[in-house]
Amino acid sequence: MNSVFVYCELEGTKVVEVSQELLTKGRKLANTLGVRLEAIAAGSGITGKVESQIIPYGVDKLHIFDAEGLSPYTSKPHTAVLVNLFKQEKPQICLMGADVVGRDLGPRVSSALHSGLTADCTSLEIGPHDDKKSGKHYDGLLYQIRPAFGGNIVATIVNPENRPQMATVRSGVMKAQILDPDYKGEVIVQDVAKFVPQTEYVTKVLDRHVQAAKNNLKGAPIIVAGGYGVGSREGFGLLYDLAKVLHAEVGASRAAVDAGFCDHDLQIGQTGVTVRPKVYIACGISGAIQHVAGMKESGIIISVNSDENAPINQIADYVINGTVEEVLPKMIKYYKQNSK
Amino acid sequence: MKLNIVVLAKQVPDTRNVGPDAMTPEGTVNRSALPAIFNPEDLNALEQALRLKDANPGTTVHVITMGPGRAAEVIREAMYRGADGGYLLTDRAFAGADTLATSYALSTAIQHVCPNVDLIIGGRQAIDGDTAQVGPQVAEKLGMNQITYTEEVLSLEDGVITVRRHIDGGVETVQSPLPVVLTVNGSAAPCRPRNVRRVMQFKRALAPMELAPGTGYSDLPYAGQYEQKPYLKIAQLTCADVNADLQQCGLAGSPTKVKAVENIVFKAKESKVLTDSDEDINGLIVELLASHTIG
Repeated sequence: MNSVFVYCELEGTKVVEVSQELLTKGRKLANTLGVRLEAIAAGSGITGKVESQIIPYGVDKLHIFDAEGLSPYTSKPHTAVLVNLFKQEKPQICLMGADVVGRDLGPRVSSALHSGLTADCTSLEIGPHDDKKSGKHYDGLLYQIRPAFGGNIVATIVNPENRPQMATVRSGVMKAQILDPDYKGEVIVQDVAKFVPQTEYVTKVLDRHVQAAKNNLKGAPIIVAGGYGVGSREGFGLLYDLAKVLHAEVGASRAAVDAGFCDHDLQIGQTGVTVRPKVYIACGISGAIQHVAGMKESGIIISVNSDENAPINQIADYVINGTVEEVLPKMIKYYKQNSK
Repeated sequence: MKLNIVVLAKQVPDTRNVGPDAMTPEGTVNRSALPAIFNPEDLNALEQALRLKDANPGTTVHVITMGPGRAAEVIREAMYRGADGGYLLTDRAFAGADTLATSYALSTAIQHVCPNVDLIIGGRQAIDGDTAQVGPQVAEKLGMNQITYTEEVLSLEDGVITVRRHIDGGVETVQSPLPVVLTVNGSAAPCRPRNVRRVMQFKRALAPMELAPGTGYSDLPYAGQYEQKPYLKIAQLTCADVNADLQQCGLAGSPTKVKAVENIVFKAKESKVLTDSDEDINGLIVELLASHTIG
């Protein structure tokens, strides 16, 4: 009772980045509420391997579920783990990554427990809430904050009555930070059979290919990103040219991805990658909040846009009023001239 | 093998073209102020269903959509492309539903119209909410297995379906017995176009709501056709028709509440404004190189 839970996603025996970020956030939320931080790790052959990756984030209690059928991830067994553990522990809050696993698992768990779930939160806070209809006052609710409706608004969602309050968060939105390498947390190795009936192992994974990401957007110090204003797939060629001379990575807004100018995995924003480069060069990007949510922490923002009223110009350090075709070749030219 | 397939589709506001009146003061979407489209990934879902229908003679594909009267457009569109028919799930009691209340309503409708469903196929997510929650929540409510992020159905033999799905950084091939819920990713095959003959056949298909007096349809010269051609009537279901518990529908059945909605106003920064002249761009590059920001 009265704890914050983080579901730790595993790739083999390695805790993925987003889970480390959520453990860090979970610790802060638990401190604000004055409750324990607990974590769940479910996989195969993980006992003895995951504890040191999880406890140092300030985890008071780690529940390990170690069994043959729990890796690779499939929907029903992991759902059974969470649903049955939560029925027993009745947590206040549950956080998980807004990636393929978390977005497969979260809704199933929330449906089984009839608890509210908010997807793709960009910020989580604790605060009070007054329900106007019922006149009830609530303290210590989780504010689940997310852009909504194509990014035109930011909504704060609360779950006043149902527990756990569940939220998913994308990788890169929060920062991972170890609290104490020697943190003392309790480890409980649970009896999986008590949580997962044999009948739940229905999906067979026949084949699995995971490649390292094709791009390094998350770690790139300089990003050249294109939006709808780039105009075409060929137009993106200019971005690659500039990126090449600057040793930068190329990214894109959702509008550019939807228009087919570039591949989906380049998408930056709430439903793409969240980035924090030193320099962000936005080319023909209008700056929907959906996109801005994924890049506003960038060091220096340069906006190249023919529309001088583009919303992104308001958060840019440098605004170049011009078209991508005009400006980018000049940037390349003068970079080559001056950097020698 | 004959399959009973239900496709879940949603009519969504085109969030790519949004005006200032897009939201109500209560923080819900003002759907009437926006152009409405067939949710893109639901079209990918429809294609997977139609391919299964092509490969398995006798298979039926029915679309269920929840929404106001005009959402019947989604059903017509699906029929033009090859669906056998559809159901418009519509009731004031469903208004204001979050994903959980929506999936409850949809799951009661599925149980009502297709209790022996083999496959439920929907888009991964809708562009107005981007939550990707309704598919898995329906699966859980019906006690069915799920395969999310589907890219292609590879085979279906002896009641076992094999699917290639997208995962983070790669792909996975998985197998599940039927019945199962699939949610289909945008990277799956695009939907086939409308079939002209089917457009001619179904363009006058209407839901009773659309035929009601005052909607303009009831006085049409072809209004009499609906008595003779029952296939032109799109079935319409209310909360009571599907025996849904009112407490689990709409706002009342939604655990999540919108506490606050903020329109986006960027905090203006002091920005340096440049032109596209050679001089300005050269100056910028020199400045950035000097501060070791680039290079």
